[in-house]
Amino acid sequence: MCLAIPGKVVEIYDEFGLKMGKVDYAGTVNKVCLEYVPDIRIGQYTVVHAGFALSVIDEEEAIKSYEAWEELVGSATGQDDDQYGDYMQTIQGLKQSVKDNKGTL
Amino acid sequence: MKYIDEYRDPVLAKAILADIHRITTRPWVIMEICGGQTHAIIRNGIDQVLPEQIELVHGPGCPVCVTPLETIDRALAIAARPEVIFCSFGDMLRVPGSSMDLFMVKSQGGDVRMVYSPLEAVKIARENPDREVVFLAVGFETTAPGNAMAIHQAALEQLTNFSVLASHVLVPPAMRTLLASPNNRVQGYLAAGHVCAIMGWAEYEPIAEEFQVPIVVTGFESIDILASILEVVRQLEEGRYSVENQYARVVERQGNLPARNMVQSVFVVTDRKWRGIGEIPASGLKIRNAYSDFDAEKKFRVDTIITQESPLCISGEVLQGIKKPSSCPAFGRECTPEHPLGATMVSSEGACAAYYKYNYRGTD
Ligand code: SF4
Repeated sequence: MCLAIPGKVVEIYDEFGLKMGKVDYAGTVNKVCLEYVPDIRIGQYTVVHAGFALSVIDEEEAIKSYEAWEELVGSATGQDDDQYGDYMQTIQGLKQSVKDNKGTL
Repeated sequence: MKYIDEYRDPVLAKAILADIHRITTRPWVIMEICGGQTHAIIRNGIDQVLPEQIELVHGPGCPVCVTPLETIDRALAIAARPEVIFCSFGDMLRVPGSSMDLFMVKSQGGDVRMVYSPLEAVKIARENPDREVVFLAVGFETTAPGNAMAIHQAALEQLTNFSVLASHVLVPPAMRTLLASPNNRVQGYLAAGHVCAIMGWAEYEPIAEEFQVPIVVTGFESIDILASILEVVRQLEEGRYSVENQYARVVERQGNLPARNMVQSVFVVTDRKWRGIGEIPASGLKIRNAYSDFDAEKKFRVDTIITQESPLCISGEVLQGIKKPSSCPAFGRECTPEHPLGATMVSSEGACAAYYKYNYRGTD
């Protein structure tokens, strides 16, 4: 029952007075009730449980956690260069992908 | 996939893991509440790469597993009636009642249908005005808003042929019960992210304070789980116990207010029996009297049938983190996902099913 993967809202419509939408999971599109995320917009990511969107993914919080890891990885880099060398690059890439996506919303 | 791949990054996982190893000096027992997280942990072998001193025990967060046998038996009795179309999430169809499961009712001619959303059951009711449509509403705080919405919508549309057999459970009272038990071993919790997405996490603060356990709200990817374990261990090592939200991209402190309000208006808190654990005060939700026309329990007057669990099954202890599935003598022998003896083997979120699926025998 607990589908933990976030999906992207691709369509919003009304059905019997309820705010409904289509959510895309890398190609698989499901019908979802959006009543509990009234402000959601097309292009945003949401967590869905048993046919209901429960939460809109907060991009800023996602970036904040990347930044916390950046620090963690930074301190690890000091200890062992070989092992942790490419972390910074990975995290920078992640942050960029979040920002890029934001521009397209 | 966005918001997925980055949380599975092996390089980052190693950095967090290295930190966990660096700060761990003593043995600690940490429980993940949610069955989805149990699966993520076993699938990714997270418990195997942690420092030896850290033991992860699996919590009662599998809604299918803890649904009381009486509810299953009531569902079976209603589903067998000729006028009924019985709707349920797929997970519930194979949960054994005292003598059979919903699949068997179906094979004997019952109209049992699998739905993905309670709104589908409302739709079936709308399209079949001459039939009684019943939805089996089980689960934690995560499914309650959807089920509340289905009841609310049926009431708005005046669908007199729709009702719900509701047996919801609430997580925080169970966390409290486990900590208060004389058998308790749990020293820190990974709290279930999606339960918190609905309810927020303010409720956990008095629990952390009273029992002096760190509680970290956690997501479902490897990085989420590792980062949360790191935070729990850090607090344990430093003798601190606060509630932290590792899953802030999804969870807000107050939770989802529209969802909470809808749950409040349709359901009311009640004592609830948990399968394998027993009755926990104020740990469930039932349908309010204002919506009693939509309460299948009242509509069909289902009497309690005598219920009997398999004597071999130790799923009650598994659900409380006292025993691991692999220490059950029936595990993988008399009990398999094809022939489950207990609910923790039936549900895809159950700990026994996770151990079986990933061919995992554990360390005890
Ligand atoms: S393996 Fe089967 S019998 Fe044993 S505890 Fe798990 S569900 Fe019960």
